[in-house]
Formats: sequence, structure tokens, C-alpha cells
Amino acid sequence: MLRSFLTRTRGRGRLDLTDWLTFGYLALAVVLMFGPVAWMALSSFKTESALQEYPPSLLPLAPIHVEVEGYDEPLQLFRVTGGEHEGKLLAQVRRIGLMSQMVDPQNPGERLQVNINDRVPEREFALAVENYSALFERFNFALYFWNSVFITVIATVITILFNSMAAFALSKYRFRGRTFVFILIIATLMIPPTINLVPIYLVVSELGMVNSPWGVIWPAVATPTGVFLLRQYMLTIPDDLLDAARMDHASEWRVYWRIVLPLSAPALAVLVIFSVMWRWNDFLWPLIVLTRSEQFTLQLALNSFQGDLQTSWSNLLAMTVLTLLPITIVFAFLQKYITTGIAQSGVK
Amino acid sequence: MKSRHLLSGIAFAALVAASSASAAELRFACYQDGVECDAWAEQFKAFEAENPGTTVAVDVVPYKSIVESLPLQLASGEGPDLARVTDLGGLAKYMLDVTPYVADAAKLEEQYGKTLAWTRVNGPDDKGIYAIMDQQTATGPFVNKTLFDQAGVDMPGEGATYEEWAAAAKKVAEATQTPYPMALDRSGHRYAGPAISYGAALFDENGDPITVDDGFRAFSEQFVAWNEDGTVAKEVWAGAGGATYQDAAKEFTNGSLVMYLSGSWQIGRFGRDIGDAFDWLAVPAPCGPGGCTGIPGGAAIAAFKHTKAPEELGKLLDFIAREDVQAKVLAKTKNIPANQALQVKGIDYENATDAEKAALTAFGNALAGFSPVAFQFQGYKNNRAIMNATVTRITQAIVGELSLDEALDRIDADVKEAVAAAQ
Amino acid sequence: MLAPVTTAASYLYRAAFELFERPMLAIQKMTGAQKIAWVFLLPNLLIFGLFTFLPIFLNFFYATSGSDRILLSERPYVGLENFSSLLACENYLDPNSCQRDIFWRAVHNTSWFVVLQVGFMILFSLVTALILNRNIPLRGFFRSVFFYPVLLSPVVVALIWKWVLQRYGVLNAGLEAQGLPIVNWLVEADWAFFWIVFVSIWAHMGFYTLILLAGLQAIPADVYEAAEMDGASKWRVFSKITMPLLMPTMVVVLVLSLIRAVQAFDEIFVLTGGGPGSATLLLLQFIYETGFAFRPQLYGLAAAASLLMAAVLMVLTLLQLRAARGRGED
Repeated sequence: MLRSFLTRTRGRGRLDLTDWLTFGYLALAVVLMFGPVAWMALSSFKTESALQEYPPSLLPLAPIHVEVEGYDEPLQLFRVTGGEHEGKLLAQVRRIGLMSQMVDPQNPGERLQVNINDRVPEREFALAVENYSALFERFNFALYFWNSVFITVIATVITILFNSMAAFALSKYRFRGRTFVFILIIATLMIPPTINLVPIYLVVSELGMVNSPWGVIWPAVATPTGVFLLRQYMLTIPDDLLDAARMDHASEWRVYWRIVLPLSAPALAVLVIFSVMWRWNDFLWPLIVLTRSEQFTLQLALNSFQGDLQTSWSNLLAMTVLTLLPITIVFAFLQKYITTGIAQSGVK
Repeated sequence: MKSRHLLSGIAFAALVAASSASAAELRFACYQDGVECDAWAEQFKAFEAENPGTTVAVDVVPYKSIVESLPLQLASGEGPDLARVTDLGGLAKYMLDVTPYVADAAKLEEQYGKTLAWTRVNGPDDKGIYAIMDQQTATGPFVNKTLFDQAGVDMPGEGATYEEWAAAAKKVAEATQTPYPMALDRSGHRYAGPAISYGAALFDENGDPITVDDGFRAFSEQFVAWNEDGTVAKEVWAGAGGATYQDAAKEFTNGSLVMYLSGSWQIGRFGRDIGDAFDWLAVPAPCGPGGCTGIPGGAAIAAFKHTKAPEELGKLLDFIAREDVQAKVLAKTKNIPANQALQVKGIDYENATDAEKAALTAFGNALAGFSPVAFQFQGYKNNRAIMNATVTRITQAIVGELSLDEALDRIDADVKEAVAAAQ
Repeated sequence: MLAPVTTAASYLYRAAFELFERPMLAIQKMTGAQKIAWVFLLPNLLIFGLFTFLPIFLNFFYATSGSDRILLSERPYVGLENFSSLLACENYLDPNSCQRDIFWRAVHNTSWFVVLQVGFMILFSLVTALILNRNIPLRGFFRSVFFYPVLLSPVVVALIWKWVLQRYGVLNAGLEAQGLPIVNWLVEADWAFFWIVFVSIWAHMGFYTLILLAGLQAIPADVYEAAEMDGASKWRVFSKITMPLLMPTMVVVLVLSLIRAVQAFDEIFVLTGGGPGSATLLLLQFIYETGFAFRPQLYGLAAAASLLMAAVLMVLTLLQLRAARGRGED
């Protein structure tokens, strides 16, 4: 499947494509892009023991338990695949070593012996909602959601404001040091963010912002990517428009706020999306700055069950689905604006 | 930039207001593998009732936060008052000696002496009480008994060697068409157990690490060979790089592994996830020329120096160490006790199946017989340097990036450099 | 439902304008209309100075000091020792001959990764952009299909694929059901490397596709019409018109994707842990493990490695920009 995908796309370069190939490519893309996400979402509704199974079942299944007369607890139902009781549906009383003691639910009086290799559990479709409810029960979801929303919204507003002001200065004025400042800002993209964590923490700690949402917000708002993106876009706004406004005695602030900002809307939309995505997905930095659980973001809280020695896939998958859900919903509503916005702000 | 000061000012005021609400608020950064933090939070209610005015807030954090953020916070004088940690030696320099605040220091010494030693890094005169262990662990093997029964192979008894167990596990795997005879967690900590059993001394007479000696080399040769011939599940070690931890619990749980060299912390999980699918047992550690040992380990709750309420913190640590409190927490978390008195008495585990109880007892008994080298290794403050180097380099030998000799040389060099840097 | 939100937003927009207008006008009177540019730059530069430039500056001190201490005042000065130990090597093509063999393995892997990931990603992005630029039905939907993974956090991307690719994952189950041999995808070095390139393209190509699409849409339609009148072949149109006109956009894509590829880390670290062995261990993982994950934390070494990496990246970026300018198109 993959190979044909690769060779098929190679053929693209020659541009002798038919619509059939185009749609083959696009259909494959839908499967490849959404398939793994959908598979994970489905898996997140399986119980831990169902997740350990191989080969995995497509849908979440759970073993069937039946009430049998004479037994207090419901008994698990099996289909017998071999031996003298082959083909029967039996309930298991207990397993001892290699043999399983079973009863026929229709005839509970008689105990039957079945080898454990000769039976498979009967199962039915069932969602393991407990993967999710366990996460919800563990903490105050509303509080962490609010903390995340607060940080995301405030940081995004400040990012947009500061970055667009800087981009405006760098694209619409001529002054000494302009190129230097621009290169300086772009150069910071070269330093891997991981290595700056320790020095930034020292600065934040000096400023007394540890354990405050502002300790997460301020270090994040001056993004070089944002300045770069907005500057490139503002370069395409004709200067005549600005000069005309200045002739009418508009202040520089008015020029920026009333003319440049509205004209940059598509690029700003892109930055909004990116900023929301960055701040919402942020994990490592909040992990270092925030230690009090009442300040935690959703990402921190959801990760708090990650221990040293055990990974529980059922919780992990449920957590993953929960974190990508808000982003997916926002995207589904805004996808038209996002994709056209990015397409228009395409850096020239 | 007025707004920034204003805003951080407001945040600061809010913090001050929050902290002055009670006489002393102790913040406890806690990570958990199971229900450890929940169990403690429940017990702390009793502590708060006994000590009016003191409150304990449990902040459940990911383990990653304890490993990566906590050292940075502590170095800058920030961070929680107490935390559940595993790197005892490494964090010891930030820990508070609570001896002046506990009711009976001699009793704590008697009950926790063995593990208290792991935080005493200031030389032989250091008698401080810095951290109380709440999850004693022991490494050791689990076997899938049902597979042995199906194959009709007799399980090697106590005192059997690694080779005998490997041969038996291989026979079982072949007979039952199970993919993996054995597996060892990808961890330098787990590796040290068999290495010591093969005769590795790890330290010289001054207590400085020597790491690679004939015993260490012997087990490494054996382990690499086992990876090549499929005796151990190759993907556990070869499937990752660096010092990334990886276990084989999933393989054991779904019945595709005959013998699993892991540790006591898996018991609760096996009880829950395996259920009735097959019978499993904890068996005594296999032997080698150097003995039959596992490695002790675990997590402890440590108090930190920068706290504003050392007295309350001391009392809390005293409370945490109390026999009845430990017994209640351990009953919930299904761990073996670090407290000597409880080791003798035993714990009445809640909702534990017979298999879980048997395994917990088996590991508890095994712990008493561990080699002194194993305790020395766990108490050595730079033991993580040895573990990281072992995992990284042995994996390289397994996948063929380095020859075993090169790998062992690199382990030595890595450990030497790390120890020099840590001073 | 959206109406009150829009009203509130436009109210805030106007209120913010009025709030700042007077002070800004006063400042403008003092600075004049040109120098006010610095006032616009100021907030961003202040934040930058405090949380980006200052930390980078501090990193130079870390890079030239030793020990495992975190506070700078406690770290002994060691000069260029960290740099020289990273560069100590008999033969740069053979990591085993280097003092920091893992670092050099990471350099090798990263180089390969950058070449393959950037190369194939730009190829796929271009092909996709060309397709999406055609007049096809559901164009908006297909654009978002490619863009969706861009929104996922790296850890989520890695977990999704790990769940598919592991030994007992759904891909192997599918192969087995078809009677095909199964592969332990993340344990065999070459396959693991293939998958980290694949997954990283999967996660990021949507972004570059859209940028290229924008570039394609900026090409005026009359250029194509003229070429069609002359009877030029499709390949000729592509190579003589589309590609040259797309070049400026291509440079942006190349610069950004190269920086991202050199700094690739999270998704690969969670997916393979750098394994098997060190087959997929990239530079940033080396930096992360040396400075954070391992004990003792050799922070100076990690800082030195980052600065070396940043220097190389800077040179590469300037070269790209110069090459683009050398073509004389822009």
C-alpha cells in the first residue's frame, strides 16, 4: 500500500495526471491522515486488558457475563471450540490450572470440565467509558480547563498585539538598526528551545513569577515566528495607503490600529491559530513553572497519572483524545478561515 | 511595561493571600504509579486533625516533573516543601534533617535505618533523617506458571542458576509456541541484579565505582548472547535508545512471555490485568557465581531545606513514618514495607488476590536476602550515572553499533566522567 | 450565537484604540513620526530581551563552565573544554573514534534526517499543493485533511503512531491478516529511521503545503494562458513558469523546514526513544539527555552542543538566503 503511494506520487512530477490518480491520491491521504487518529480514538474506549490483545479487535469489545442460577456473581461466557462440548456456549465457574470448570447456563446443575485451550471468550460491543471517567474523577476538570483557557487566551491576545506592533515597525519604517533587529529576532529561531529552559527559569524565578500563570504567559508571547510571519505579510500592504492617511493627519497609532491591523487580518488569523495551538499544547514549560495543583493547566493535570514504572495505555489514550478534542473542535469550526488565512498570508 | 508589573503584582498579592490563609501550609509534590498519592492524601486528613493549623496540600505531578523540574526548582530555592522522589542521593543536598522535630529518632533509625542510609551523603558521621521510604521495591522474576504446566516442564527450584532458568523458559516457549522465553526491563537498575549475581563487585574497597569487572563482563556477554539467540525479548532493549525506560509488562500480561525479570511494583497491575487468564508467580531470583540477588529500590518522601515551616514539616515526616500510617497506605498501594517492624508483622493488603498476596510475600522475603552490594549500589549517590551508561552502551552492543568490549570501555569512561562532574 | 461575540470584540477593538491613542500621540510629539518605530518595537524587544536574549547570553556562561551545578555562581570556569571535548575526534565519519561518540552519531543521524525529511517533505508538499491548486471538488475539505496533523502536539503525534507501529500494533495485525510477514518496525534500525522520517513528514507537511499553495495562487493566470497559446507542454510550463515563479516561496519553505528538521525532537523521542541503539537518536535528544534526563546533568556540555548547532544552522540559513538572492529573482 505504501509503496504504491510512493511510486504514484513520484509520477506526479511529470504532470501527466488523470483525475483518477488525483482522487486516488487524495483518498489515500484521507486514510493516512485521519486513519491513525481514528484508530487511537477507537482504542481509547477499550479496557486495559483488551488493549493488551493481539491481534486487536477493530471495535471495543468486552467479555459477556451472565447470571447463572445458583451462583452469586455473574459468570463469564465462553464458546467451546474443541473437545466433547464443542460448539456449546458455557459459563465459567473457575479455572484450575489447565482445566476450566464450566456450566451450561440452561442446565446449571451439571459441572463440565473443559481444557483452557478449547474455549474462547464471548464478547460484545462495549465502550470502556471508565478510561475517561477515571480521569475526570481524579481531578477538578473545570478548574484545569479554565486555567488552560486563561493562559491560552491572554497569551494569544498579548502575542498578537506585541508581535504585530513589532512587525509594523519593522515593515513600515526606515530607521537605523532595522535590519539588525530583524536578523536578531530571526536568529533566535536557531537556538533549540529546550536548552533555554534553565536560564529562563532563573529569570522567571528572579522576577517572582514562579507558580503564577504569568510565569507561563510572559516568556511565551514574543514569538520570532509571529514577527516573521506578520512582517512578511505587512510588506505587501502598499505604503500609499498609509501615506494617504498621514496626509489626513492620522497619528501613527491610528495608522497602525485602523489601517494596518485590519488589512493584516488573514495573517493575524494564522497567528491566532498557531498561538492557541502552541499555548494549549504547551507541556514542558508549565511543568517547570507551575508546581501548585490549583494552577495546573489541563495538559499537566492529564499527565499527572504518568508514573515512573508503569504506563497504562488505557489512561494514556483517553488522555490523548481529551487533549486533542478541543483543538479538533476549534479546527472543525474554523477550518475554512484557517486554511484560506494561511494560504493568503503565504510568505512572499 | 507598566502592565507587566501590575499584573505580576496582582498575581503576587494573590499568592501571598493564599499562603497566609492557614498558619502553615505544606505543599507535597507527589507522583504516582498507582494510588500512592490518593492514599497519602487520605491519611493527611488524620495529620491535619492532630495538628490544627497545619494543612497539607497534595499536588499530583507527572514523574517527569520530579526528575526534570524538581532539581531546577530546588536549586533556585523554589519548589514544594516535600516531594515523593526516587533519586535520593542526587537530591540529598537539598533535603532537611528533621531529627530535631521527630518524637523518637532512635526508633526511626531502628525501623528505617537501611533506607535512611541512602540519603546520607555527607560522610560516615551523617546521622540525619531526610526522607522516609513509602514504596520499598525489590527486583525479581515472575513466571507464567500455566505455560510451564502446559509444556509439562518442571520449574527450576530455589538456587537454580540463570542458565537453568533460561533453558527451562526456552523449553516452555518452544513447547507452547510462546514468542518470548525471557525478558528484562530496559533499566540499569534491573540489570545490576543479575550482574551482581554473576559476581560484579561494582565498587572498590573505598566505595568508589569500578562498574566493569569480570562479573559484570560475564553477565553482559551472557545478556548480549541471549538477545542474539532470542532467549530474551530483543525489542525491550533494542527497541529504544538513550536511557529510555521500557518494560515488558504487556507481553507478560497477554501471555506471550514465560519469565519476566522485573520487580515488586508490577504485582498490583498483574493482579488487575491478568485476572483469571493464567496463573503467575513470583519466584526466587536465579543465581550465579556471585549469589542470587535482586536490587532494592523505591520511592521516598523527602523534606526540603527551603521550607518556611521546618517544625511542621518534621512532624509530618514523623507522621509519615508511623507504623500504623504506613500499614494503612501500603495496604492500599500494595507495596512491600520499608519499615522493619512491618516487614516482620506483614501487611493486611486490601482487595488483594491470593496470587498478589503470595507474590508480595515472596518479594518481601527475598529482600531480606539481597546482597550487601545491592544495597550499596542503591545507596550510591551517583548510581544513576552507572545505570544510564549501562543501558545506553549495552543496547549499542546488542544492536551491533559497538562490540561488547567497546561498549564496556565506554561504560567505564561514561561513569568516570559523570562521577568527576558530580564531585 | 456569534453575534454577541462579534459585538464585544469590535467594542474592545475600539476601546483599546482609544485607550492608547492619547499617550501614543504624546509620545509621537516627542519622538517624531519616524523614531516612534522604536516605541512600537519596545514591548516585543523587552520581552525578547528578558526571556530570549538574556537566556541565550547566559548559555554562553553555561557552555564555558563545568560540574553539575545549576546556579551559575557555583559552576567553575572551564574555558572551551566543553567545545573541545565535543569536537575531539580522530575521524569525523566514524563516531566510534570520537570522544563523544553519541554526539557524533546524533550529528550523522540528524544530517541524514534533515536531507531525507526536508527533501521528501518539500516534494510531497509541492505535489499536494499542485493537486490542491487544481479546480477539484471539496478543495477546502482536502486542504484541511492535510493540515489537521499540524495542529496535534508532538507527543500526541508520537503516541498515535506508536500505537500503530508497535510489535503488537494494528499495522502488523493487518499484515498478518493478509498473510504477509510482520516486521518489528521500531526495532529494526532502517525501518525505525524510515518511520521517523515518515511520521515527521506526516505531521508537518500540511503547513508547507499551504504556504506553497499560497505561492501557486499568487502566480497570475495570464502567464499560463500565454504559455498555452504558444503550445508549450505541461512539463515545460511547470519547469519554465511555475517553478521559477514559486522560487521565493520555496526559499521560505526551505529555510523554515530546515530549522525545524535540525531541531526535531519530541515526536521522535516519544516514538523511538532514539533507538534501536542510537539509530534514530538526533542532536536535540543528545542535548536533552545530557542536560536534563541523565544524572548528573552535564548542562555545560548541552549548552555547548546547542551553540554549535545554532552556529551551523545560522550558516546554512544565510547560505540559503544568499543562494536565493544570487538567482536575482527577488
